[in-house]
Amino acid sequence: MYDKNKIVAGLVIFIAIVTFPFWYNLGNASSAPEPKLSEKAKVAKECVMPKESIKSEHMQVLDLWRDTVVRDANRIYKSGSGKTFNMSLSTGEESCMGCHESKAEFCDKCHNYASVNPYCWDCHIAPKEKPKENK
Amino acid sequence: MENSRRSFLKVAGITALGVGTKPVLNVFASSGGHVEEPKPEVSKNEKALTAKKWGMVIDTRKFHSAEDLEPIIDACHKIHNIPELPEPRHKIMWLWEDEYKHVFTHREHELVNDRIKHLPFLVLCNHCEKPACVRACPTKATFKRDDGIVLMDFHRCIGCRFCMAACPYGSRSFNFRDPRPFIKEENKEFPTRMKGVVEKCNFCAERLAVGKLPACVEASNGAITVGDLDDPESEVRELLRTNYTIRRKPDLGAGPSVYYIV
Repeated sequence: MYDKNKIVAGLVIFIAIVTFPFWYNLGNASSAPEPKLSEKAKVAKECVMPKESIKSEHMQVLDLWRDTVVRDANRIYKSGSGKTFNMSLSTGEESCMGCHESKAEFCDKCHNYASVNPYCWDCHIAPKEKPKENK
Repeated sequence: MENSRRSFLKVAGITALGVGTKPVLNVFASSGGHVEEPKPEVSKNEKALTAKKWGMVIDTRKFHSAEDLEPIIDACHKIHNIPELPEPRHKIMWLWEDEYKHVFTHREHELVNDRIKHLPFLVLCNHCEKPACVRACPTKATFKRDDGIVLMDFHRCIGCRFCMAACPYGSRSFNFRDPRPFIKEENKEFPTRMKGVVEKCNFCAERLAVGKLPACVEASNGAITVGDLDDPESEVRELLRTNYTIRRKPDLGAGPSVYYIV
């Protein structure tokens, strides 16, 4: 092979540049964030569904709820364990945000990480964020 | 170790048996002894006000000037987060006032009596029996509920404004711009709208659902009554029986559910 040294050197540089993003970010991956439960939610202990199902299916639940509420006028939800909830995202004490009081600490934590932008808050009024204490 | 055909077949047979029983055991393991949680249920609030066919009677004899209507309109617009936009063409109206010649176009004539001529009339969505807006809506964002209330699902509205063209009463408004900055006091109990959706009176469906009368009824000191048009014993039927009432543009066949005592 002619110019063996040059070719090998070139190949090494080329591979180094191509793989740069991978080894540069090695070990920097941030761990998936955990949504922070409000005091109220911690006390309540249970949500409308078991934690694992609500984690994976809350979008379908909300979608179903909005049709049930707006179209069928059914607004009371009785969960499998017999607890009743107000089927609403943002209105009243028994709604989602009535318990999960902080959008920034609860919704946004994962949504920002996963880079999803649900348009809920274009219309629904998010609860007022309480100012952080040590700031 | 010497492999004979005999020993190979033995091992193969036992392996096949082992692999074959696993799924069978799984089925047995999952069937007995496990109690399923009851399914979640949805229902209406026990206090909810219901009717077969909601209707409204407005006693215009109890109104004398625009000042009488103002608190009623304010009550409605406040609880539904209606913005106050500076540009008149962008105005959002759920409940508003207009004069006789515009409200009852088919009855208007030059020599109508003085009181009627200058009286402001409250106008709103008529929650028609055969709503043209519902037929026009391509996404079924606007629909008629079984109890006669014509509602909007703001989530589904794409802002095509076919419903606005279809409505003979001009009861619908379009959000030409983001209404949020123009809402004086936000009512947390009701969402706002976003740019690009149509909105209109919802007969206070969210209040009926928790057993409250519509906001305009509460603010009207008895001038506005709502009730079941299908129930001969209801208050609205009593009013309709004992007073002469008119509706807006009844000859169009939409069947408005808002009646005016004049």
